[in-house]
Amino acid sequence: MTRVAARAAALLALALITLAFLGPFLWVLLASVQPEASLAAKPTLSFSLDNFRAVLTWDTIILPLINSIVISGATAVLTVLVAGLAAYPLSRYQLRYRRHFMLSLLFTTGLPVTAILVPVYAMFFRFNLYGSVPAMVLFLTASSLPFSIWMMKNFMDGVPVNLEEAAWVDGAGWLRSLTAVVGPLMAPGIAVVAIFVFVGQWGNFFAPFVLLDTPEKQPAAVTVYTFFSQYGQVAYGQLAAFSILYTAPAVFLYVAVNKYLASSFSFAGSVKG
Amino acid sequence: MTIVTAPPPPVTSRPVRGSSRRGAMRWLLPLGPALVLLALFLAGPILWSVYIAFTNETLTGSASVHSRFVGVANFVKLFGDPNFLNSFLLTFVFVIGSAVIGQNTLGLIIALLQRGRGRVTRSVVNGVVIAAWVVPEVVAAACWFSFLAEEGTLNRVLGVSQEWLYTAPMLAVILANIWRGTAFSMLVYSAALSEVPADLVEAAAVDGAGPGRRLLHITLPLIRRSIMANLMLITLQTLASFGLIYALTGGGPGTASQTTPLYMYEQAFRYFEIGYGSAIALVMLVIGALFSLVYLRLIKVEDA
Repeated sequence: MTRVAARAAALLALALITLAFLGPFLWVLLASVQPEASLAAKPTLSFSLDNFRAVLTWDTIILPLINSIVISGATAVLTVLVAGLAAYPLSRYQLRYRRHFMLSLLFTTGLPVTAILVPVYAMFFRFNLYGSVPAMVLFLTASSLPFSIWMMKNFMDGVPVNLEEAAWVDGAGWLRSLTAVVGPLMAPGIAVVAIFVFVGQWGNFFAPFVLLDTPEKQPAAVTVYTFFSQYGQVAYGQLAAFSILYTAPAVFLYVAVNKYLASSFSFAGSVKG
Repeated sequence: MTIVTAPPPPVTSRPVRGSSRRGAMRWLLPLGPALVLLALFLAGPILWSVYIAFTNETLTGSASVHSRFVGVANFVKLFGDPNFLNSFLLTFVFVIGSAVIGQNTLGLIIALLQRGRGRVTRSVVNGVVIAAWVVPEVVAAACWFSFLAEEGTLNRVLGVSQEWLYTAPMLAVILANIWRGTAFSMLVYSAALSEVPADLVEAAAVDGAGPGRRLLHITLPLIRRSIMANLMLITLQTLASFGLIYALTGGGPGTASQTTPLYMYEQAFRYFEIGYGSAIALVMLVIGALFSLVYLRLIKVEDA
């Protein structure tokens, strides 16, 4: 094969892969703006925003989205606070079991959260926490903590210690040092962790599906599911419009932190050899 | 994870490791909330699942009030339960098909094809592949539900009429999961390939090695670690996968696509067999823990 032919073949392959990946999106994008949408992605010219208008009611999408914002937002804020505090001694002090602790955190990130939900459910039932949004947020925070502490510590390690020395000379304790010096300097890192946790919980389906009791508490992830699991009477155009409205914030936030997240895919920095 | 080497500990007026109680307070206090949450909501439930997996706990009926210790009965039942064994086999097929073969290989191929391409090509391909990864799993399921429907896009393109979710449910969920997860492997491999020294590959080309040999003898050995780490991570993610399959096929038709997480869901949350469900959860946790340990060994964390 000549160079030109190889190049053309590679581009063709990439084009085919891209088209294949686009396929499943087609229907959602088309159906959302077609007044008579069905399950088939029909390339018609009829265009209307009726589907969006139809789902933009309090019960259909506004309340579920507010629930999503409350659950994901509270989890993100709480995770950042707790992980930020925990990362400080892990980053600044020579602790005896620091390495063990960090490795345990990394180990925990590998455990299947899906499996943990059975005992959590049993526990919530026994202690009358079933259906409690705050209790679920605490669980979601705990499940986000291992990775968040890990990320937070790495960002904190990037803040030079000598910047804190002035604060110590002035008699500031660790808390002041953390909030007045380290925190502001690692603001971008804090934002990355917060958005990472937020987007993760935004898409979380299983935990609220299992731990919350009434539809009024459910986030959009569960509402979408109930929307399209009711076979036969589905307004497909509305389902598509709902999907777009629900997905948009996650995509927007992802784009905002994309640059930072991409760099975390290099294992090279973290591994030897 | 880009891990910056830790700065030296503070060596100014304060002692590094205080021998006084004040020293202990300095690290215990900020670490406290995290330790409490992790103990109550992660370690606690896991330990409790070890306990209830040995009881006949249910949420309804008499065993909900008087659950009692039944020894290894749940586990004996588990390994003689054809539905569990079926789910286990399906999980294995799902992980091998969608993660190990699908996502891993496709991610590597895309990353390789993208090398040396222009910025526009790269961002278009990246954008589309990553979009499939960013959408919430329930929306991904809705996309595939319509894509595979009898009236759906796939049948139109292929010119056939198939109710894929009924005739080939495992193939359907495997394809959907490849679509959803390939971006992760692609990103891992793009990062790994960017660290492969170009002159090494060029030198091999000068020596007359074709593209296939260069890939097999130079590139792949150099990114071996990334491949192994990636395989472990995507296996862990796929093992526990629930939402996509549940929303797409519900495990059906019958039990044709009921992987272990879905079987666990059915036992614990539909039949309220909490003890039995916990036994299944425990088996999943142990398998996850084994993979997680292998992963830890593989990446050899430099600074923790």
